[in-house]
Amino acid sequence: MSAIQLTNVQKRFGDVTIIPGLDLTIEDGKFVVFVGPSGCGKSTLLRLIAGLEDVSGGKIEIDGQDVTNVSPARRGLAMVFQSYALYPHMSVRANIGFPLKMAGVAKADIARKVEAAAATLNLTDYLERRPRELSGGQRQRVAIGRAIVREPNGFLFDEPLSNLDAALRVNMRLELSELHQQLGTTMIYVTHDQVEAMTMADKIVVLNKGRVEQVGSPLELYRKPANLFVAGFIGSPRMNFLKGEYAARNGAATVGVRPEHMSISTTGGDIRGTAGVAEHLGSDTFIHIRLDSGEQITARSIGEYRVAHGDPVWLTPEQNNLHRFDAEGRSAG
Amino acid sequence: MARAVSTRRKLTFTVIGWLVGLMIFFPVLWTVLTSFKSELDAIAIPPKYLFFDWTLENYREVNERSNYFRFMMNSVYLSLGSTFIGLLFAVPAAWAMAFSPGKRTKDILLWMLSTKMLPAVGVLVPIYLLFRDFNLLDTRAGLIGVLFLINLPIMVWMLYTYFKEIPGEILEAARMDGASLRHEILHVLAPMAVPGIASTVLLSVILAWNEAFWTLNLTTTNAAPLSAFIASFSSPQGNFYAKLSAASTLAIAPILIIGWFSQKQLVRGLTFGAVK
Repeated sequence: MSAIQLTNVQKRFGDVTIIPGLDLTIEDGKFVVFVGPSGCGKSTLLRLIAGLEDVSGGKIEIDGQDVTNVSPARRGLAMVFQSYALYPHMSVRANIGFPLKMAGVAKADIARKVEAAAATLNLTDYLERRPRELSGGQRQRVAIGRAIVREPNGFLFDEPLSNLDAALRVNMRLELSELHQQLGTTMIYVTHDQVEAMTMADKIVVLNKGRVEQVGSPLELYRKPANLFVAGFIGSPRMNFLKGEYAARNGAATVGVRPEHMSISTTGGDIRGTAGVAEHLGSDTFIHIRLDSGEQITARSIGEYRVAHGDPVWLTPEQNNLHRFDAEGRSAG
Repeated sequence: MARAVSTRRKLTFTVIGWLVGLMIFFPVLWTVLTSFKSELDAIAIPPKYLFFDWTLENYREVNERSNYFRFMMNSVYLSLGSTFIGLLFAVPAAWAMAFSPGKRTKDILLWMLSTKMLPAVGVLVPIYLLFRDFNLLDTRAGLIGVLFLINLPIMVWMLYTYFKEIPGEILEAARMDGASLRHEILHVLAPMAVPGIASTVLLSVILAWNEAFWTLNLTTTNAAPLSAFIASFSSPQGNFYAKLSAASTLAIAPILIIGWFSQKQLVRGLTFGAVK
């Protein structure tokens, strides 16, 4: 159980600055997701917390103890890697038991704890196999088993689901959330997938170019994005941005409106455009529309919505769900 | 995907393959055959291939004239000793270069290899003088030092290419799992690199075993290995080819046998990283 505190943490590789200086508090027992586009420094930040990279400046504290210069092994954190990073020459049993062996735990205790972890993760039948004899999902489970078996102070996940196929990813997402409920341990999870962030997190940290753009619960970020970057990053399909005359009419430099927050009509409304491709998902229809002002937007309609390519359509944004941004891209309420 | 190869093509390549193989193997085969001939048969023209009076005379004479076993033990000491010390230095060096490379790592690797391009005879005099002044001439310790140093660049290179194939994340996982550097190398890196380390050891042993320039120049009797044993049979009174062949056969036999049993490892080691 532990809270993690970052104070002015910096990271440079030679002349390249990855993280210019970052403050962040992660409360005990929370599931925190670092999300951002590739190259935003989220993985580097995780590796700094893990101790796999040295900070160029600043301080990292775990439970009030300064661990800035403490080796990864002594920080009491467990990590699950994107590539799983299982030991290929060891059986599943030895893989899961490895951290305990390193900690000098007695053999009988190792066996008992490995069995227990394997039972939790449905790996009991595979304990004697080598990693190469397992499927992707099973390997992922072994990696998680290796992390939970020594009851660490916190878990670090580096895009752990990105090598799995879509169906398996949804399953593992649930399992991880379930695991967090059971263990109640602090978890930090890095992903570029905002759906993973929204579904799993207690708290999301949106990163861009090594800076924190916004920290908040998934719904806070969805309802009150602090700036254009967060607004465009959180939500799927992404928020539409309207400039020009419509924005000016609403007293902002840019107005953001989510696809689900506007009504679509073939007879009349606020903004006129031409229907492009429609994506029919059954439960929803996403319609891509080119506005007369030249802007390209996406509208969402619940259920089936029939509109032919090239037909004129009118859109009416919900006034109480408009996001107004000033010229610097900051939220103007 | 396998390509369809016509039978004729296959046949042609098989024949060419065998021809090349036999050409490479022929000198060894001829040496072994000659070692069983009488001196007259050995220089007969036209040469006698298989139909001559097979004799063990040469082997008996070679053993009477010099102590094969002592030379062989020296070869064993020199090749195993230099290889063992080489490993102690090459494994950490290759580890550092593969997993914690600096800006100049590539340059260091090339520089190390460049020392192999210098002709050995170019440094013969200074090394000879050093050996003389430090009383190392004709000692096993001195030769182990030289053989270790001349094979070290190759050992580092081979291990480096092997270690490069091991994903760094696995070592990081070990670090996160609480392994110290020693445990990381012992429990994770070494077991994964066993094939690479094995073929590096083999190659180093073979190179040290067959090395002749330094062993001939820096030894006389006490530390003389099998290369000196062979050389002692090319005498000023003329070459006795049959005896020379018997001596050569005796000298290469141990390494040939080891090489035969480990050829799979060796080929894998030498071509590792080339195709992936």
